[in-house]
Amino acid sequence: MKHAHAQSRDSVKMAAGQQWVLVEMVQAFYEAPAYHLILEGILILWIIRLLFSKTYKLQERSDLTEKEKEELIEEWQPEPLVPPVSKDHPSLNYDVVTGPPSHKIIVNGKECINFASFNFLGLLDSERVKLKALLSLKKYGVGTCGPRGFYGTFDVHLELEERLAKFMRTEEAIIYSYGFATIASAIPAYSKRGDIIFVDEAACFSIQKGLQASRSFVKHFKHNDMEDLERLLKEQEIEDQKNPRKARVIRRFIVVEGLYINTADICPLPDLVKLKYKYKVRIFLEESMSFGVLGEHGRGVTEHFGVNIDDIDLISANMENALASIGGFCCGRSFVIDHQRLSGQGYCFSASLPPMLASAAIEALNIMEEDPGIFRVLQDKCKHVHKALQGTPGLKVVGEPLAPALHLQLENSTGSRTNDLKLLRAIVDYSMDRQIALTLARYLEKEERFLPPPSIRVVVTVEQTQEEIERAAQCIREAAVKILK
Amino acid sequence: IQGSGTEGSSHFLQEGQVLEWIHHASCTSLYKKPFVESFEETPLLVAVLTYMGYGILTIFGYLRDFLRDWKFEKCHLAREREEQKDFVPLYQDFENFYTRNLYMRIRDNWNRPICSVPGAKMDLLERVTPDYNWTFEHTGNVLKDVINMGSYNYLGFAENTGTCADAASECTVKYGVGVSSTRQEIGNLDKHEELEILVARFLGVESSMAFGMGFATNSMNIPALTGKGCLILSDELNHASLVLGARLSGSTIRVFKHNNMQSLEKLLRDAIVHGQPRTHRPWKKILILVEGIYSMEGSIVRLPEVIALKKKYKAYLYLDEAHSIGALGPRGRGVVDYFGLDPSDVDIMMGTFTKSFGAAGGYIGGKKELIDYLRLHSHSTVYATSMSPPIIQQIITSMKCIMGEDGSTLGQERLCQLSENTTYFRRRLHEMGFIIYGNNDSPVVPLMLYMPAKIGAFGREMLKRNIGTVVVGFPATPIIESRARFCVSAAHTREMLDKALNAISEVGDLLQLKYSRKNRHGNEGSDSFSFLESHQD
Repeated sequence: MKHAHAQSRDSVKMAAGQQWVLVEMVQAFYEAPAYHLILEGILILWIIRLLFSKTYKLQERSDLTEKEKEELIEEWQPEPLVPPVSKDHPSLNYDVVTGPPSHKIIVNGKECINFASFNFLGLLDSERVKLKALLSLKKYGVGTCGPRGFYGTFDVHLELEERLAKFMRTEEAIIYSYGFATIASAIPAYSKRGDIIFVDEAACFSIQKGLQASRSFVKHFKHNDMEDLERLLKEQEIEDQKNPRKARVIRRFIVVEGLYINTADICPLPDLVKLKYKYKVRIFLEESMSFGVLGEHGRGVTEHFGVNIDDIDLISANMENALASIGGFCCGRSFVIDHQRLSGQGYCFSASLPPMLASAAIEALNIMEEDPGIFRVLQDKCKHVHKALQGTPGLKVVGEPLAPALHLQLENSTGSRTNDLKLLRAIVDYSMDRQIALTLARYLEKEERFLPPPSIRVVVTVEQTQEEIERAAQCIREAAVKILK
Repeated sequence: IQGSGTEGSSHFLQEGQVLEWIHHASCTSLYKKPFVESFEETPLLVAVLTYMGYGILTIFGYLRDFLRDWKFEKCHLAREREEQKDFVPLYQDFENFYTRNLYMRIRDNWNRPICSVPGAKMDLLERVTPDYNWTFEHTGNVLKDVINMGSYNYLGFAENTGTCADAASECTVKYGVGVSSTRQEIGNLDKHEELEILVARFLGVESSMAFGMGFATNSMNIPALTGKGCLILSDELNHASLVLGARLSGSTIRVFKHNNMQSLEKLLRDAIVHGQPRTHRPWKKILILVEGIYSMEGSIVRLPEVIALKKKYKAYLYLDEAHSIGALGPRGRGVVDYFGLDPSDVDIMMGTFTKSFGAAGGYIGGKKELIDYLRLHSHSTVYATSMSPPIIQQIITSMKCIMGEDGSTLGQERLCQLSENTTYFRRRLHEMGFIIYGNNDSPVVPLMLYMPAKIGAFGREMLKRNIGTVVVGFPATPIIESRARFCVSAAHTREMLDKALNAISEVGDLLQLKYSRKNRHGNEGSDSFSFLESHQD
């Protein structure tokens, strides 16, 4: 009873209190200045208008009716899938090789001496290599039917990786099943958006694709010009000082080739290593042309200059030139190489190298290790060819004396690339008629960043005899005189 | 075509969490036989437990990193050189967190070395690890006759005896192994031309071209076909090679939901009506990228609908048949044959030789103008070494076998065997109560595991029972949808499949993997397998 009474008294007090607040409010309303009330009224009306007005998106053109959309869809005409190609495009019909691409190669029905395949150590027709490949075929079949992660790792692959690492005197090596994909997968595995790569202008196409896939900042320096590179590095240093926190996480790389395929000269590796330690940049070295060619034991440009191999962060090469197999490899310290096993796209998402090709590569390595004199022979032949081709009227030899793949460019260009190519093709055809197989160096004209001038590629192999080299030089001289007069 | 006959004529059966699409042959004119795919939803409890599992692993990962940093625990990771310690670090710590702390624990399920033919049975090299998977040692023992449910050996051509191997041996002796030059220079052998003519005949197209690596076929040719100002519509779950090729081309890329025709149509309409972003200029061309069989899901592309859409909106179609060539269709000609369509409707037919032909490499087939253009402008013909001759011979021999041109019925027998094996295997797994993804006709069978610990456990338990399986987790799949993936092969006999199925059932009971809540026996509506088996020739 008392409790209820107390409750009702409280509620009366509360009601009174509430009434009291209401009265206060009404009083305040009357006492407020007029402009204040008007402003608040306008604000309330504005809010009500906004709440009820139509919203519109920025992207859609809401003024198109369905009928107009159908008309647009009817009218739209795409370009043809591919632009038409004329029937007499010079590169459309390939030269057909019947039979094996060995020292005596049959091109378009004519037997010629091979000065065009990158068969530097002559291992394409080695009987030992073929035998080992056959044994492997009888044991494993042809294909691997899976990527490395899913039962595509064969003991042959592991053996080849160990042998390559031992040969190059690094900790670890990793194999790819396609030469082009090797450096094109290695670069994006380490360098991501925001990182900086300094690359030579004459870098080959697979490096360019790797750079494009990595989405990093790319800075080109003039070919083999260390001062230009140092200038770029100094500019970067100044940038870093402006923003030290960002500079601590941006990775920097220099990508160079040991022996450039486009210009046939060697990179100045000792200077690069000095720049590496001065500006704290990592070096990636692409050795497709110099592996199995330079150096006392064929270990490439690091052996040639006597540079410590641990100073180079990553060496990448393809096994399709000197090793006469298919595929590519990267070697270096485990710290660097192991990362590619999970993030190299061409390694993880692609089937592994067929085991017979890996066995062929192992046997080729065996041959290289057993007979280191072969590299001396190759280097002598290169010098010989370089000398023999000097003085050809109308053609200049581009490349160092040690390079196994030289370029012959026109001394005076006609002014148009198509005409230059026609002249050079005429020289090649003339030589093929006289049983010397040569080839034009091929490029994708619209896609290359720094398109090299048109040239003929002359490749030196250990199987070429003195007499054959003399004959080839003579033939080219005659062709030049006849066609370029 | 909007709605494409699916809404009106299909049943959406909802039994708890199950959604199944069944097209009855009589209702739609596009599909000649039922198209049955199922992707059962993750049970809620399982999803919660999976997230908890990952959470616990992450906490332990941080703990172990802390211990390693403060030298309480020995660190097995390779370290940077002393001379280069003040360089910018090559890897960020958090980039490798997943690799260091989760992948390392179950690393022994991948990269298992084999030392025999990757056929229906294989020999594995035994590995032991003294320090919890940081390093491996080979004991020298060989695990013999492990049943291979992981290699992509759909038609059983991975063999070292028989006509294919003999022909490849002869070719090795005659041609050698390497080529050392590009197609445009002096690497174009007569064998390459022979192969290309054969592939064109096999596919039913005008002309074709072969390349040395399947991955590179995509990444080097898509940039040659499209460029800036073009639009690429790519499926959500496309392979890394297609994504890389699309990125390298420089075109605008838009992604549509996996196998979802409404999403694709909406993107097409928006693209044509609104043009390029901001300038509203019309697109130069539109290219649709799809795959024949998606290898992580086991689903087959809805090709009749895609072709209908492409014809209506004048887009171009790029079909990647890496897994489906040779494995689908009554004559083994891939997904086009499976649906009974005309090969000239697909503008660019791409595929690989690695899976059904037991070799390596890829091809592109299409009209003569397309192939002539690619001969000039593909990155591969100008800069990459051409294919090795014994590989080409293997492809030629196996392709002739499938076509029946070698005089035997071996090819046809293998195609029938594969189709029977697939149906049997899927039906038995379905009956046992596992959640299987994908189309009933696809030889790729993903079995859901979900929880991270079960990934490792499944792989190891199956190996103990002498069965080699493939397990996949993040990042190849979404984080809670880890799975085991089986690849059925024509070389598997009924006994091998039964042995594998018994082992899977045992391990499934042991690890409690039988999550499925569908009806096992009973109403006709959901028993799609009996419908299929009764209609199989």
